[in-house]
Amino acid sequence: MMRAVDAIMECLKAEGVDVVFGYPGGANLPTYDAFVDAGIKHVLVRHEAGGGHAAEGYAKASGRVGVVFATSGPGATNIVTPLTDAMMDSVPLVAFTGQVRTELLGTDGFQEADTFGITMPIVKHSFVIQHPAEIPRVVHEAFHIARTGRPGPVLIDIPQDLSRAEIDYQPVEDVHLPGYQPTLDGNSKQIRLAAKALANSRRPVLYAGGGVINAEASEELRELARSGNFPVTCTLMGLGAYPAPDPQWVGMLGMHGTRAANYTMDEADLIVAIGARFDDRITGKLSEFAPRAKFIHIDIDPAEISKNVPAHIPIVGDAKRILARLVGEYRALEPDNARLTGWWERIDHWRSTHPLKYDDSADSEIKPQFLVESLYKATDNGECILSSDVGQHQMWAAQYFHFNKPRRWINSGGLGTMGFGLPAAIGAAIAVPEVPSVLLTGDGSFQMNIQELATARQFDVPVKCVIMNNGYLGMVRQWQELFWDRRYSNVDMGSFPDWVKLAEAYGATGIQLTDKGTLVEDLKAALATPGPVVVDVKVTREANVYPMIAPGAAAREMVG
Amino acid sequence: MGEPGTKEVLSLEELEASVGLRTGRKHILSILVENKPGVLTRIAGLFARRGFNIDTLAVGPTDDPTLSRITLTLDGAMHPIDQVTKQLHKLVNVIKIRDLEPSETVARELALFKVSADGSTRAEVMQMVEIFRGKIIDVSKRSVIIEVTGSFDKIEAFERMVRPFGLIEMARTGEIAISRGRGET
Repeated sequence: MMRAVDAIMECLKAEGVDVVFGYPGGANLPTYDAFVDAGIKHVLVRHEAGGGHAAEGYAKASGRVGVVFATSGPGATNIVTPLTDAMMDSVPLVAFTGQVRTELLGTDGFQEADTFGITMPIVKHSFVIQHPAEIPRVVHEAFHIARTGRPGPVLIDIPQDLSRAEIDYQPVEDVHLPGYQPTLDGNSKQIRLAAKALANSRRPVLYAGGGVINAEASEELRELARSGNFPVTCTLMGLGAYPAPDPQWVGMLGMHGTRAANYTMDEADLIVAIGARFDDRITGKLSEFAPRAKFIHIDIDPAEISKNVPAHIPIVGDAKRILARLVGEYRALEPDNARLTGWWERIDHWRSTHPLKYDDSADSEIKPQFLVESLYKATDNGECILSSDVGQHQMWAAQYFHFNKPRRWINSGGLGTMGFGLPAAIGAAIAVPEVPSVLLTGDGSFQMNIQELATARQFDVPVKCVIMNNGYLGMVRQWQELFWDRRYSNVDMGSFPDWVKLAEAYGATGIQLTDKGTLVEDLKAALATPGPVVVDVKVTREANVYPMIAPGAAAREMVG
Repeated sequence: MGEPGTKEVLSLEELEASVGLRTGRKHILSILVENKPGVLTRIAGLFARRGFNIDTLAVGPTDDPTLSRITLTLDGAMHPIDQVTKQLHKLVNVIKIRDLEPSETVARELALFKVSADGSTRAEVMQMVEIFRGKIIDVSKRSVIIEVTGSFDKIEAFERMVRPFGLIEMARTGEIAISRGRGET
């Protein structure tokens, strides 16, 4: 016999969990008592939202399940944003929330919230513990659901009295989930048909999303691209799934993607979507999206297929397995790849006439794009895990930081959560300590979870935070400039706080960089400084992210 | 543009999309779910947030105490049914979904009608009940309560027929359904 909370620790060890993130409170006191002897590293964050995002960063960087603990009531409501974020971006997460004692349930007890009800639409699945004996099985089911199929967040809500009850713990060997059987192997007939369509296409393109990274299918994606000399574009979430320096790479697609990528999609006769979901930031005006194309859609989630764009050849399953077979089937058809010569000429024309560009004035002012390029150089051409927050800096990073490996770009895509970056960078640093963890953030986003600097300092997480500081909520300002007649409303952040002093107050190193001429060297020096570092870089205040497909417009109408 | 030069020729024009068609007819979904707390909330919540409208919904036990059956009807003119069923399938507690083929399905609904019936109209009301093979299950001086079982259309028809007598109130269960033949629904 042992307490249910001690059984939870045993289950975590059985799942291979080496570190968790969390914050204690009244309703999860038993769990925190169990941590004392469990031998599992617990990172005490400074806000539960930071804990949830740190668990996300940990999961995205490593591919393992991130784990977060929070107490009942406000603890649980504080992880609502990270849970939603993980749901939107398919991040494997298990969240343990405390709950009031069963006798208090439904009485508006102190720190009681209907966590199950609040989180129902934003989790892949959730469990409310009703009998302490079921806890070990539920923990393993939660991990299984979080990491398999389309990954996502799973929540376990445990009333305080049940968590401290004594149970007869037996290791759980397998899970029993009759209603949860993800399809992994794609339909053979469909894969053959897809190969045949590819072999007969004259203007094909591979459109890869975050699902390729989740499926660890980057190598298979490269194989497919090579086998047919196909152009490749990635979504914001898919960056790194295909090496950006590769000649077949046409850039990111979508609202702030390259013209080459968007025009390639627009004129394609066959689009192979792999682990991507035709988000509105990708398609723009749906009725004018890729009007000449037929669609092969490979996804592990059948509900994504034909949700926004009707698929001609749907293939449900694991991208890694499907792509490997698709390559074989394609090669067996012995297609003549010379048929794509004209297509590549057209793409090369777009690439050479519309490269990403910005006006880099010779004056001392640092352009935001120049900062990203300098950071890329300062990290030996991207040898780091780059996390970002949300806004202009995120888009510039996506454009100018040439990701060449999966799991090296960690950001909040679907939900667009400001405040994601710092805790995510901490989680990534803890998950993969051998690769430097760098955060590119904005002066707006950074303040939304700034308290986690204390976590980084206390747990010796050497995260390097580079602030692209324009004193504005830059992306909102850009939209007010372009679509609201430059009537700026509540976007000016002023010059607060003093970032160097703030960093020092947290025990981190604060550095301000202003010299454009030595920016790369100065960034290198900052990155080489031990411990957490905050680098404040003032950039041009009013710069816009271009090119851009205006919301609701078609790819052909790209501006800038 | 060059020729494909492949072993197997296919014109991309031949490919047709599996569009989420709106069928335009009523659909009865029979959903087998785990008998666990919160399952109905998950289904109702899914419909609400995806903007699917439920016309009728009936929940009850099955021959297996660990399972419940939810029968719901919805309008195939308003929703792509395949998207509805795919989303339902993502719920971990949902074990099986059948979009029942009308011609191979028996569907029934139970309805209770409270109708004004005094001396002058009672006989006429009773005659109507007989035609529809209903039952009078309660009688008071000025009203009767009638139980009618049948398909959705039959219940609608009965309602139209008794309304002129003075329909005081009505309660309906929503349809439950099961497939014809030896196989399980």
